[in-house]
Amino acid sequence: MTQATHFPAATLEAVALPSDGLLSDDLTLNRDADGNLSLQSPTCAKSQAFFERPRAASTPSIQGKPATLEAAVAHAAQLFAKAKHPLLSGLATDVYGMRAVMNLAESAGATIDHMNSKSSMKNILVVQNSGWYVTTLSEVKNRVDLLVVIGTDVVSYFPRFFERMIWNKEAMFTADTDAREVVYLGGRNLDTSAGVSPSGRKPDVLPCDIDRVPEVLAALRALLTGKPLKAENVAGIATADLQKLADRLQAAKYSVLAWTGSALDFPHAELAIQNVVGIVEHLNKTTRSAGLPLSGNDGDVSAYNVSTWISGYPFRSSYRRGFPDYDPYHYETTRLLAEGEADALIWINSFNPERQPPATTLPTVVIGHPASALEKPAEVFIPIAVPGLEANGAQFRSDSSVTLPLRKLRETDLPTLADVLSAIEATLKTA
Amino acid sequence: MLIKLTGGRVYDPAHQIDGKVMDIYVRDGRIVERPSDAEPIDQEYDLRGKVVMSGAIDMHTHIGGGKVNIARLMLPEDHRAHPSQHTDACRSGCGHAAPSTLTTGYRYAEMGYTAGFEPALSPVNARQSHLEMCDTPIIDKGGYAMIGSDDYFLRMLAAKKDQNAINDYVAWILHATQAIGIKVVNPGGINAFKFNQRALNLDEENVHYQVTPREVLQSLTRAVYELGIAHPLHVHGNNLGVPGNVETTLKTMGAVEGYPVHLTHIQFHSYGTEGDRKFSSGAAAIAEALNKHKNVSADVGQILFGQTVTASGDNMRQYANSGHGSPRKSVLMDIECDSGCGVVPFKYKDQNFVNALQWAIGLEIFLLSEDPWRIFLTTDHPNGAPFTSYPHLIRLLMDKSFRNDMFTKLNLDAQAMSTLNSIEREYSLYEIAIMTRAGAAKLVGLHDRGHLGVGAGADITVYTDNPDREAMFAKPDYVFKDGQLVVRNGEVVKVTWGSTHTVKPDFDKAIEKDLKQYFDRYHTMNMENFKVNAAELEEDGRGNVIVQECKGRREKTA
Repeated sequence: MTQATHFPAATLEAVALPSDGLLSDDLTLNRDADGNLSLQSPTCAKSQAFFERPRAASTPSIQGKPATLEAAVAHAAQLFAKAKHPLLSGLATDVYGMRAVMNLAESAGATIDHMNSKSSMKNILVVQNSGWYVTTLSEVKNRVDLLVVIGTDVVSYFPRFFERMIWNKEAMFTADTDAREVVYLGGRNLDTSAGVSPSGRKPDVLPCDIDRVPEVLAALRALLTGKPLKAENVAGIATADLQKLADRLQAAKYSVLAWTGSALDFPHAELAIQNVVGIVEHLNKTTRSAGLPLSGNDGDVSAYNVSTWISGYPFRSSYRRGFPDYDPYHYETTRLLAEGEADALIWINSFNPERQPPATTLPTVVIGHPASALEKPAEVFIPIAVPGLEANGAQFRSDSSVTLPLRKLRETDLPTLADVLSAIEATLKTA
Repeated sequence: MLIKLTGGRVYDPAHQIDGKVMDIYVRDGRIVERPSDAEPIDQEYDLRGKVVMSGAIDMHTHIGGGKVNIARLMLPEDHRAHPSQHTDACRSGCGHAAPSTLTTGYRYAEMGYTAGFEPALSPVNARQSHLEMCDTPIIDKGGYAMIGSDDYFLRMLAAKKDQNAINDYVAWILHATQAIGIKVVNPGGINAFKFNQRALNLDEENVHYQVTPREVLQSLTRAVYELGIAHPLHVHGNNLGVPGNVETTLKTMGAVEGYPVHLTHIQFHSYGTEGDRKFSSGAAAIAEALNKHKNVSADVGQILFGQTVTASGDNMRQYANSGHGSPRKSVLMDIECDSGCGVVPFKYKDQNFVNALQWAIGLEIFLLSEDPWRIFLTTDHPNGAPFTSYPHLIRLLMDKSFRNDMFTKLNLDAQAMSTLNSIEREYSLYEIAIMTRAGAAKLVGLHDRGHLGVGAGADITVYTDNPDREAMFAKPDYVFKDGQLVVRNGEVVKVTWGSTHTVKPDFDKAIEKDLKQYFDRYHTMNMENFKVNAAELEEDGRGNVIVQECKGRREKTA
């Protein structure tokens, strides 16, 4: 593909991986005259796979046969126009894409849900039910003295977390970051190597089966708050070890309790998160402590933020009633499809071409990454410019406090998600 | 397109026009001179008997950014009770205390407001604030960048950097965040809370930096003045909500040593400790000091009864108040070596002694303050009450018998502690126009808004005069935004996208060398990505960025 003169061969600095919740924007890329990108630094397999993916021509298709963009848009619009309960799901995009999602959803009376909502909703339900005290990445980087990660190794989801936020060489309020304490609480067979300090000090690991994490958290909270606890061990962890952890939390100046919604893979994980929130609340009576929910992969933090400011609700909401309506149980993609409630699906997946749309017999419109490798041809497929690669945009980070700009790094003939959804919306309005 | 607004009774305090019957001409979004008789009028509105003012300006309203969106996210119950349907002109939305952005823009316009300013734009969160405000239709907007607890600034103060360096940093922040003013919240206190300090008085040191709130206030009021920024430093003082904080507030007025300062939601900072319950009105002392200190302005932050949500950068005080939340939940955050936030839903009740007295204290301050150019009508939306209650508040100010009727319904102990029903004053339409238009535009530095002179942007609101001022101000006959009719009979008929107002004072760009090092060492984002570009605000077709004039950088004053 020939590059326009404003995308010459160059070194690109301060680039962020748009699909990663940490949005580490310290990447340096090389761009050749054809717009091919290569990661110069730092080493990050996830970033490399994203930016160096070979480009291949990609065109819209209808039932697997190449089609013009106009024909594909018209076909998608027709499916939505006929539908009684259209569903916009996936929603892996950025802020600009989400604005267009909200416009189309409002015009079409559609329901919206995100591909990662199963994990994100665990956190959102806590915010809506009790709230929490949480912190952000730079605060962690500069302040944390005791990090407790719950049920996860973190790095399976966010490979650079420890490198950037815990073992950073310099910190404003920690003389020696190497002295930071790391505790893995819950989960089994975790890769705890990232928790080893630069000088080789090993983290403490208190393992248990993931579905017993709720008990362990409840016990830890009980110990902290002085409730009597007769058990000598909880889910295989000695109560004395939990007491030691409780004492260290009380003694820490700025402890951080981190988790990922995805790893807490058991029913009603929101209740376990509420116990974390309760622990933090108690610690803050005498010292400082904060939670750190880690999320934001595939743009889910952008999706729920934009949806919230435009409609009042995060995803799993709907415009079916003519105004925004929210039901985290009812408007869940898998359930809507399994029970035959939705009758047309637009699946949006900008970042990860391997991820498949949900299995369904419904006619599905897939709008996404040009390299999307669909196991089953979609009713309509429309390739788009990926935000942060071939389109400008803005993306929310895991901690929701920071939104980074995404830049177009090379030329493309493909439309943006907003172009496509606006065209579908315009067709619906004139139909 | 030439529009004639014929024969309305005009209130334009910027030109000392107090109810004069006159015609106004609008061409291409601006107010113009009377054209020659030969020129055809494209559209005429017969405004005989109507009241005409410029569009109202809310100089302090939390409409965009992290904590507002957290408030929306955590209150599905607020939205469920207040859905708004799709209409021919408007998309659907919802919300009362924390409405969606679309609903916010529509409701403001429907009350005749044509601009609103987000007062607590956290610099690391500036992009989100602007994205939300750009999705708020019709009204113009802008933000005050919140500094004073950010580590970069406190490191400068601790290192005794000279005032010029501080000024450069303040100017850099204004550019980087696309803001029009500077705000400080609980000066130094948000930072101190991260070090486990639970309160910070005006002369109390941050344990880490050994810097006091007084020093923060002095350096920032001076920086804002020396940079020539129209809007004085916007101050949310220490000790918000604490009985006895009237002393802190009075001291704060003196601490700035004559530099211009704006004390925001001053009602929350006007509490004494008299009486059996050790909670009393400090309104008289505050109003007296305001009347005396001509360099000080304030907005009230009136509370009104009902359900709302409090959203503040002051997480030290919000943490302390979180147990009073109703419903009982709260979101608190430490944010990015920059600031913090606390969101606590709240229900003010007229039978609650404290709430009732808060209500009376706010009104006492309004009525005892003599200069309407230095006192502003706010509820600190949504902290004291949602902005949609402004018409009710205006009636309380303009109608003594209505006010006294309300007063007699209050908690009896609170009534006994207030002088409100002995105050005779009623605000005039002219004074309301000062507070909500001319004065607000002057304070924020909107040189072509808030008045109806030739050259002004044609933001114009037309009301039917009605002794029931609440009804009058709730439903204007017409609202014009940049010359376009956007509201008729209190309903949006056309959706436009307003502009974002900013200031861009000169500064020495060499400061970026040190800032870049700081970002690389301690932050988790690149300095270049921290900076918000004007093009980002304009990119998605949601209005444009306007740079308001600074008077130019003054020489160092001492």
